[in-house]
Amino acid sequence: MTLALQQDGTATRKAKRSNLSSARLRAAWLFLAPMMIALAAVAGWPLLRTIWLGFTDANLTDLSQSQFIGFENYLSYYDGEAYGVLVDAEWWNAVWNTLWFSVISVGFETLFGLLIALILNAEFKGRGLVRAAVLIPWAIPTIVSAKMWGWMLHDQFGVINEILLSVGILSEPIAWTADPSTAMWAVIMVDVWKTTPFMALLTLAALQMLPGDIYEAARVDGINPIRVFFKVTLPLIRPAIIVAVIFRSLDALRVFDLIYVLTSSSTSTMSMSVYARQQLVDFQEVGYGSAAATLLFIVIALLTTITVVAGGLKSGEGEQS
Amino acid sequence: MGIRRTLLGSAVAVAGMAGVAGYAMAAEVTVVCGSVGQGAKLCKGAATEWAKETGNTVKFFAAPASSTEQLALYQQILSSGSSDIDVFQIDVIWPGILGSHLADLKPYSNGAEDMHFQPIVANNTYKGKLVAMPWYTDAGLLFYRKDLLEKHGEKAPETWGDLTASAKKIQDAERAAGNNKMWGFVYQAKAYEGLTCDALEWVDSFGGGDVVNADGDITINNEKAAKALSLAASWTGTIAPSGVLSYQEEDARGVFQSGNAVFMRNWPYAWSLGQADDSPIKGKIGVMALPKGGEDGKQTGTLGGWQLAVSKYSKDPEAAASLVMHLTSKKSQKQRAIEGSYNPTIAELYSDADVLAASPFMGQLKDTFTNAVARPSRATGSNYNKVSNAFYNAVHDVLSGKTEAEASLAKLEKNLKRIKRKGW
Repeated sequence: MTLALQQDGTATRKAKRSNLSSARLRAAWLFLAPMMIALAAVAGWPLLRTIWLGFTDANLTDLSQSQFIGFENYLSYYDGEAYGVLVDAEWWNAVWNTLWFSVISVGFETLFGLLIALILNAEFKGRGLVRAAVLIPWAIPTIVSAKMWGWMLHDQFGVINEILLSVGILSEPIAWTADPSTAMWAVIMVDVWKTTPFMALLTLAALQMLPGDIYEAARVDGINPIRVFFKVTLPLIRPAIIVAVIFRSLDALRVFDLIYVLTSSSTSTMSMSVYARQQLVDFQEVGYGSAAATLLFIVIALLTTITVVAGGLKSGEGEQS
Repeated sequence: MGIRRTLLGSAVAVAGMAGVAGYAMAAEVTVVCGSVGQGAKLCKGAATEWAKETGNTVKFFAAPASSTEQLALYQQILSSGSSDIDVFQIDVIWPGILGSHLADLKPYSNGAEDMHFQPIVANNTYKGKLVAMPWYTDAGLLFYRKDLLEKHGEKAPETWGDLTASAKKIQDAERAAGNNKMWGFVYQAKAYEGLTCDALEWVDSFGGGDVVNADGDITINNEKAAKALSLAASWTGTIAPSGVLSYQEEDARGVFQSGNAVFMRNWPYAWSLGQADDSPIKGKIGVMALPKGGEDGKQTGTLGGWQLAVSKYSKDPEAAASLVMHLTSKKSQKQRAIEGSYNPTIAELYSDADVLAASPFMGQLKDTFTNAVARPSRATGSNYNKVSNAFYNAVHDVLSGKTEAEASLAKLEKNLKRIKRKGW
């Protein structure tokens, strides 16, 4: 009886609402449609196709002759030996490289970005000029800056070896981008150089939104500036920093161009994207490479979800306290 | 109805005539032949000449300078069935990879391929089709400083052991005399295709085979190969700079040509550059075949070189093939040999007086060029890149001291079996 009443109630409410808003709902879908279609065409279709190709034995030599082979690209057994991306040591090496690169480079970028933003937030003469100048590394296309750093780090003709040799820090030139022990650090260094301005910009925007009166109150109370930074500034800009970190991490996890140009496909710096490209193009294994690309997509999606959830919780707490 | 049919008929006739006339008038052929330097200049000259003679037009397509990127681009163009490029310049290891997209040149060659070195013609034959014409050939050579060997009373090395000893002796003596940038031997040991070439020479000179033999069996895990790689590993940091682990051809040439190395392994192109007027070591360079592995080893060199091929998807394969025949003709190859020290693939040219005057080593080393060891690209077909990648990574691990030769070769054998699992 109560159930029937309730159903009746919702039914009448629904009918009313649909009378009122069905036209607006239709309009909304109509307005959204072009974007949905465009997204499906440029993002959805390639993604689905890649996932599908990951289940086939497609080869670049002749794409039309591919067969469905199930999960063989991911994991399969022949003569008691396991094959597939999931048991390929090089793939896990690439995953590890990518994670290591992302954590270290985004960490440094956030730190340096914050420092630069704090400096740029202060009033001084020529601030506009300095702000513009700081952005230059970010404005240079990655390919160009990678190539430029490649020459600067070269063991024969590079200016960096030249300087370190003449100062006496090095006794013989180091092949920064080729030596397995320095290659990843060279990549991280160039990425930090290039992307710190982006972090500085986002952090600076957050800093400039902060109301001046809290700082006046802190000054009146005679609180020392370091305490003010940790107790007032940092909690207030934390949401903005978290958003910036998510943006950067997404970018860092699919790093390709910098590593490809700087160190080619050496295993010491190979990222997930470089691995997938090597399989797809150099080895012509479109099926296997697509399986790797699908895993890459899953890893990034997973990590992003974790970061968003964790970041969202933290910023929520920040607002409460 | 009748009128319509007549109209249609005449339209077809007109279209047909236009088609015939268009063909007779001119075909446009797009060609890739080198993107920079002397090679591109010589190719452009010869292709333009062909265009003038035949009344066709030639368009040049600038490919990336790195051969790895060239291959990637070609694969993308060809696998989409595009007719954008008619004539491709392809590496000696690519016929197996690209073969299924290339046209058979036999119907157009009139037997011209019989003049060329037969091993290269065999290399360019894919499933019974002649998919590319030999254009120029390469083999790994040993360059050395005549003046330094003479000064320190050393002979040109017979074996790799001799080379190690002479290099060490001269390097130490020169350093003691104040030239502390001097190194004994430079080569290509970066983990890339070039290391496959260098390492294959070491292994083959010791009699360790060619990684995967002609029948497709994996032969690399043997004692002789391990011996060769152990010797090569002993060079890193002693007679060769540790930076050699990241050297390609040009890095090695940079060290050698600035006078800081006694020996260098490189391709013939380094000769004309080393003998140029601005070279500090002009007139001091000797060239010889690479040393033997040991007393019972053999002299060898990895086969390199480039071919010209016609795309199966070309709109006018006849015109494209005619251009290929022109560019690979005796006349064109002679000009390239004289002006750019590009080794001809036509045996006759090795006794041509004009060619020998420009590059004397070509005559002396004819045997090296004819007996060069081929990389296993025919046996492994489209899997060649994977095989080469596994091989150079394994060798690089040995050279950098990460693993012992025996262990690395055992692991390599396992990797190659993985790659082969369904057959090459």
